[in-house]
Amino acid sequence: MADLETFRTETRAWLEANCPPDMRTPTEDEDDVVWGGRNPAYKSEGQRLWLERMAAKGWTTPEWPTEYGGGGLSREEAKILAGEMRALGCRSPLSSFGIWMLGPALLKYGNEEQKRRFLPEIVRGEIRWCQGYSEPGSGSDLASLQTKAEDRGDHYLVNGAKIWTSYADKADWIFCLVRTDMAAPKHEGISFLLFDMASPGVSTKPILLISGKSPFCQTFFDDVKVPKEQLVGTLNKGWEIAKYLLTHERNSISSMGGRAHRPVHQVAADSIGLDDRGELADPLLRSDVAHLEIDEIAFELAMERAGDLAKRRQIHPAYSSVLKYYGSELNKRRHEILMSAGGSDSLEWESERSDHGAAARAWLRTKANSIEGGTSEVQLNIVAKRILELPGA
Amino acid sequence: MPLVLNDEQAMLRDSARSFVSEQAPIAYLRRLRDSHDETGFSRDLWKQFAEMGFAGILVPEAHGGLGLGAVEAGVVAEEIGRTLAPTPFLSTAVLAATALTRGGSDGQKAQYLPGIAAGEMIATLAADEGAKHRPAKTALAATRAGNGFRLTGAKTFVLDGHVADLLIVAARTAGIPGDPAGITLFLVRPGAKGLTTERTVMVDSHNAARVDFDDVAVDADAVLGDVDGGYALLEGALNVGRAAVAAELVGVGEEAFTRTLGYLKERKQFGKFIGEFQGLQHRSAHLFSELEVTKAAVLKALQVLDENADGAAQIVSVAKARAGLSAGLAVQEAVQMHGGMGMTDEFDLGLFMKRARVGQELFGDANFHADRLARRNSY
Ligand SMILES: Cc1cc2nc3c(=O)[nH]c(=O)nc-3n(C[C@H](O)[C@H](O)[C@H](O)COP(=O)(O)OP(=O)(O)OC[C@H]3O[C@@H](n4cnc5c(N)ncnc54)[C@H](O)[C@@H]3O)c2cc1C
Repeated sequence: MADLETFRTETRAWLEANCPPDMRTPTEDEDDVVWGGRNPAYKSEGQRLWLERMAAKGWTTPEWPTEYGGGGLSREEAKILAGEMRALGCRSPLSSFGIWMLGPALLKYGNEEQKRRFLPEIVRGEIRWCQGYSEPGSGSDLASLQTKAEDRGDHYLVNGAKIWTSYADKADWIFCLVRTDMAAPKHEGISFLLFDMASPGVSTKPILLISGKSPFCQTFFDDVKVPKEQLVGTLNKGWEIAKYLLTHERNSISSMGGRAHRPVHQVAADSIGLDDRGELADPLLRSDVAHLEIDEIAFELAMERAGDLAKRRQIHPAYSSVLKYYGSELNKRRHEILMSAGGSDSLEWESERSDHGAAARAWLRTKANSIEGGTSEVQLNIVAKRILELPGA
Repeated sequence: MPLVLNDEQAMLRDSARSFVSEQAPIAYLRRLRDSHDETGFSRDLWKQFAEMGFAGILVPEAHGGLGLGAVEAGVVAEEIGRTLAPTPFLSTAVLAATALTRGGSDGQKAQYLPGIAAGEMIATLAADEGAKHRPAKTALAATRAGNGFRLTGAKTFVLDGHVADLLIVAARTAGIPGDPAGITLFLVRPGAKGLTTERTVMVDSHNAARVDFDDVAVDADAVLGDVDGGYALLEGALNVGRAAVAAELVGVGEEAFTRTLGYLKERKQFGKFIGEFQGLQHRSAHLFSELEVTKAAVLKALQVLDENADGAAQIVSVAKARAGLSAGLAVQEAVQMHGGMGMTDEFDLGLFMKRARVGQELFGDANFHADRLARRNSY
């Protein structure tokens, strides 16, 4: 315990000294998020410095082992780091599919060479990854995917098309599900490949979302050659890795709402004002906000508890579906209330005043939370079948 | 601190679970209800609770208790929730023990706490005055008279008030209803002249009373804590009570849910188990998620009460609000998913529904706590 207190004091001092001032304000829009990559886009020098300093300590991935560049922290230490960052208002230094999804899968299923090759660059934010799972005909029924990889001696030859590939046009590499045995039952012919998006034969086409942005793409593979050492795990056993990775994706989507944002009651108070009793001047909205904030606090604790249970191996492997379902529905509710609090101001789409419709765009973006990473209905199916063990297919 | 029970707490839970399920199963509640038992709980059984240490769980060791914390009290409350056992646990072991331990003089502690821990003294907190829980609106008047005070007014929803040997009464010594300042707590014996008690049998067959004070005289040494400054002590005790009720509601909700899951796997219609219908699967999975999120908040509230009781109000409100809503959803889904069976008195689910309703109301419902959270955050 004394050690943890020392760690807390030292961490606080380090953050005070090293977190640039502009990295201590809430993120307002997508430019505030740092994704790294071969061609990183930094909005400010603070963003660059913050990533560099955190990566040097391995604190972009606090609990990953130090031999792969991670922070090597225990869960209790990682909680302290997160708590101190929150107390100081520090932003996350790096957002990354490599951290949220691929890294945990590589740590579990990658061979030593793959771990040494790919993990450190994820920690430092040098390579930006995208996820090639969904296909036009395979969404919720992901295991029906048809993109195929043929064995050509020293490499696999990949052909097919993915869809909804987030940031495929900006990513450097892709982790991709492919079919390597066309005859086997659908779950048993899938493999997990990694390859460079700059490989000949890869092309992307952005898709515009209702939020007016195009963060995701159609991705086409036309005779793409993938070296065999870029297969993760065993051939035809990729579904297990795919599912494991999804549990991590779900955890990261659950925490989308999070504390990095301004509390809803502050946004509402700015917009609507307080009455002479100091209460939000719209009593029914006030009630909605208060009930939402109760659920947000409780949900954050539920995530913390899940981590604590996982550490003790006391958690059901499908538990991430509970958090994914709950967190994404909660974030949608948060933005419905934010829109209501903003009234007609939050409907502006183009004005500078509205930061080009930031509120409305964010609201629309949250509608994807209960679709991406497996829909809410799919999560409920998983909870019902795997955790509650209800009967039926 | 990790949001899980430590080893000792898990052992306590196991022993509380087997004790409660053996000694006070649901049949115990039914027997008391159907026989119109005068006390509404068994004093002998409460003695056994005391022998297990539960009556004195929050009483300091120096006064004969176990000297444990809110987490441990919550563990016991949750197990009581699973079998709906009527006991003076909340009134005596949680509310009164907390108020006396925190606010009592050495003499007061020595006088009352050992009896509480031994299961011999039933004590309770009399806070509510109207249909809704509004402690700051305390109006029951305490006016100075000679060396003491005279109390006039009425209290409602006083848990176990019909048999309590000691009432801890929130009264107004200054200010006006609505002011937190000006509230004082008094220790009042039920035999006092001018005090009348009416037992109010509640929907859940647990025990409460209305207590009328008609110019009841008390000495100066009946004051618990500070004159005019009792609100913090009152709130402190109520917060532990709220978290304990929240834990009890987790037990109520989980038990109702477990029974429902069993039924979904056993009842057939249209040639299928009803648990095969996706409509019911999704509702069950949603309910499970609600209960899980609530469990995290409740455990956190109990932990914070032990670490930093003064900073616990917000998380206690979160826990109490959520526990009421989640248990409420659990019992409603339970009755619905059992069909006609769920509506019969012979089947136990109705008892869970009734207790959940009472638990929601006790010490502030979800709206009370949402309002409290909003105020604390200046909106
Ligand atoms: C913003 C965003 C980003 C994304 N990023 C990526 C990415 O980077 N990489 C990637 O591979 N994919 C990505 N996806 C794709 C996402 O994983 C799929 O959209 C999702 O799995 C649903 O598939 P679908 O769109 O084909 O919908 P469908 O599967 O066709 O579902 C349509 C509706 O039917 C319901 N439904 C389907 N099956 C069942 C069932 N068994 N029971 C009950 N209801 C059912 C669904 O819940 C949904 O409501 C992204 C999606 C979004 C919206």
